Amino acid sequence: MIAVLKPATETELSDMIAAAKAPLEIIGSGTKRHLGHPVQAAATLDMSAFSGVIAYEPEELILDVGAATPLAEIERMLGQRGQQLAFEPPDWSALLGSHGNGTVGGLVACNLSGPRRLKAGAVRDHILGIHGVTGAGNVFKAGARVVKNVTGYDMPKLLTGSYGTLAALTSVILKVLPAPETEETVVLTGLDDAQAVEAMSLAMQSACEVSAAAYVPGEAVYLRLEGIAPSVAYRRDQLGKVLKRGIEVMAAKSSIAKWQAIRDGAMFAENPRHPLWRISVAPSAAPGMIRVLKDKLDIRYLFDWAGGLVWLEVPPSHDAAAVLVRSSFASGHATLIRAPEATRAAVEVFQPQAPALAALSGRVKDAFDPRHVLNPGRMYRGI
Amino acid sequence: MLTMPVPDQDTIERRSVIAAALRRIVPGEGVIELPVEMRAFETDGLTAYRQMPLVVVLPETVAQVSAVLKYAHENEIKVVPRGAGTSLSGGALPLADGILLGLAKFNRVLEIDYANRCAVVQPGVTNLAITKAVEHKGFYYAPDPSSQIACTIGGNVAENSGGVHCLKYGLTANNVLGIEMVLLTGEVIRLGGKHLDSEGYDLLGIMTGSEGLLGVVTEVTVRILQKPETARAVLVGFPSSEDAGQCVADVISAGIIPGGMEMMDRPAIHAAEDFVHADYPLDVEALLIVELDGPQVEVDHLIERVSEIARANKATTLRISTSEEERMLFWAGRKAAFPAVGRISPDYLCMDGTIPRKRLPEVLQGMAELSKLHRLRVANVFHAGDGNLHPLILYDANNADELDRAEKFGADILRLCVKVGGVLTGEHGVGIEKRDLMPEMFTEGDLAQQMRVKCAFDDKGLLNPGKVFPTLHRCAELGRMHVKGGALPFPEIPRF
Repeated sequence: MIAVLKPATETELSDMIAAAKAPLEIIGSGTKRHLGHPVQAAATLDMSAFSGVIAYEPEELILDVGAATPLAEIERMLGQRGQQLAFEPPDWSALLGSHGNGTVGGLVACNLSGPRRLKAGAVRDHILGIHGVTGAGNVFKAGARVVKNVTGYDMPKLLTGSYGTLAALTSVILKVLPAPETEETVVLTGLDDAQAVEAMSLAMQSACEVSAAAYVPGEAVYLRLEGIAPSVAYRRDQLGKVLKRGIEVMAAKSSIAKWQAIRDGAMFAENPRHPLWRISVAPSAAPGMIRVLKDKLDIRYLFDWAGGLVWLEVPPSHDAAAVLVRSSFASGHATLIRAPEATRAAVEVFQPQAPALAALSGRVKDAFDPRHVLNPGRMYRGI
Repeated sequence: MLTMPVPDQDTIERRSVIAAALRRIVPGEGVIELPVEMRAFETDGLTAYRQMPLVVVLPETVAQVSAVLKYAHENEIKVVPRGAGTSLSGGALPLADGILLGLAKFNRVLEIDYANRCAVVQPGVTNLAITKAVEHKGFYYAPDPSSQIACTIGGNVAENSGGVHCLKYGLTANNVLGIEMVLLTGEVIRLGGKHLDSEGYDLLGIMTGSEGLLGVVTEVTVRILQKPETARAVLVGFPSSEDAGQCVADVISAGIIPGGMEMMDRPAIHAAEDFVHADYPLDVEALLIVELDGPQVEVDHLIERVSEIARANKATTLRISTSEEERMLFWAGRKAAFPAVGRISPDYLCMDGTIPRKRLPEVLQGMAELSKLHRLRVANVFHAGDGNLHPLILYDANNADELDRAEKFGADILRLCVKVGGVLTGEHGVGIEKRDLMPEMFTEGDLAQQMRVKCAFDDKGLLNPGKVFPTLHRCAELGRMHVKGGALPFPEIPRF
């Protein structure tokens, strides 16, 4: 029976972590528990008390919220004021078989960004501040409720994407931005992998301010334009000229639905038993990588981020074809985002690091969590 | 005056041995030890502070950087990294017992990759040189600190430099994709690359803005963007800073993120107008320049919306640029604000706090009171979109106590920024300038956690010590501290 610790205040949280003699698994609402290696924990640390909006100031572009605040609640609140989280948080509940879309703390801990990451940046580009408790039980804060700040090390970025292995976050400050007034999507059909990446590259090299570029094999290349209506219409025409070919256009409603599906990896929700990778590479490297893999495996894939993000579904196997997948690109990183627990325990879920970098990561872990009580092993062995 | 850690006499006495060892790593003129030749390195953009280094080394290869750092680590010698030396916070101020490691010879653009929209450059390449290398294809590098003609990209990474356009296009941290860096042990590591995000901890994120305290950057991969099709600006005068501030808030609430949004107060307007004759209105309390960039149709549409918002906020003068010449003229005064102030005062200190924008009127009011208290004039330029204030404190260094009064005035301004929920520095860095003010913003516990991160990179505390943190702790001591309620179970440790 795994014990549940449920701190009500930051002081209680600090006491509980300081007193912990065995590993703790940090849980917001548990929707992203199956990302990363399984954690062998003696107790779960239920963070649900740290929920609620501390400050939302639309004209300052600032949102300060408890880490356990449901993401859905935040998106609803921002939407009412015509704002959004520009990194386009994905909803992987269908993909991972979880209920709901989780908490903002979980989103930050996993640094999950959607299609607009290409233009607007990731979670790490929008985090302004954090409060939390380290694995040593030390309460600390970093950053502030302003959008521009270089005072001290950028600890909020370091904590973003650390999968709860450094500190338990109690609140986060995020930069919020205006939502576009409208959007449409330019559709290009009849392209192969290489042509698709080339077309996306041309579009991204133009001044058309494409906010998302994805390619669904056998379907089409999608290029999203966002902003005020006259600007979107103008850029759509410009894009046709840049690409030197006929284009089809998807109006706002279907554009929104299409990008939601791409963002959430909807096409991969159909085969829950198939391991799924997200691979970050230089966009031009994507087609070559797929050529190598296609010869050896029966795969399904999708390119987002103009080719810089490859979603790759491989047939079920004990090792999720990890060695083959990681040998298919020279520079970048592959993360296994869906696989049975036994597979996630056996293979490296996150891209292995060179020895000097791995050692540095270990020292950073020790700087926060010297006794290795917070989510140990979730990212790497020994971290 | 701020003080630096007491130099280690033993190291200073070993100077010739150290220089000889460095010559074995970097042959020829790459090691400088003559005082007359080291003079060029004794200060940076914070010119009130000067210190001759122990010895200067200018390596040309990554292997040399690695060997220099490894030697320093093994022999426990401090190292201060330096780019072009334009830091306004004293980030590159040398130490009497430290090696000054200059990266100026790393000045090559290594690769331009338009297909993947990035450039790979050495750290000594200037910010503007990156744009110059790609502009024939319509591209540019977005962050544009005002020192961009001189400052290097390596220094930009160290300071997480901003500029006029960073509300829309981000700071350095948002535009750097990868770096190669050397740890003090001599180990060379690569973080990021042409791909996005990191496979593990975001060490690129913590390196950017670490002010030369964590490692030495030897290569940088930056994102390059296609230049916006056009840009237009609107110049608006207001009868009060409240009205100008409200206008900025209303623009952002209307969903508009301008390419640039700059404010000047009355003293800054007058100084700039006297200097460059940009035809600024002189009967206003605040002047706002709002620049919209993008496709023509979008810019024309948004500039009308911004103008309506400005009129609704009691604008007394409003001019919209109708040509590129006119837009440049609007900017001429703002861009010349610093030299314009230099013209009316022998010296000035440039401060760099960020505040929540809505607190601007009370901060300006507080500054006016402090100006009387310290008997020194102040002029304000303000990156209004992101709340980043640049108060310029006017003083005369030849007047015995004026630097001291100016520094106290500056510290009081930054305390005021923190008090209203802001921060000590928006883009210039802490360096030595704001070092002793860090406890205004952070508890001992917050600072101890940052210093533990430093220990992960630099176990002996040899890289740029005396900057950023007001106290030096041994790494072993930091490991034992347990903080409760933000307070350490230690008495106040004396500051150096």
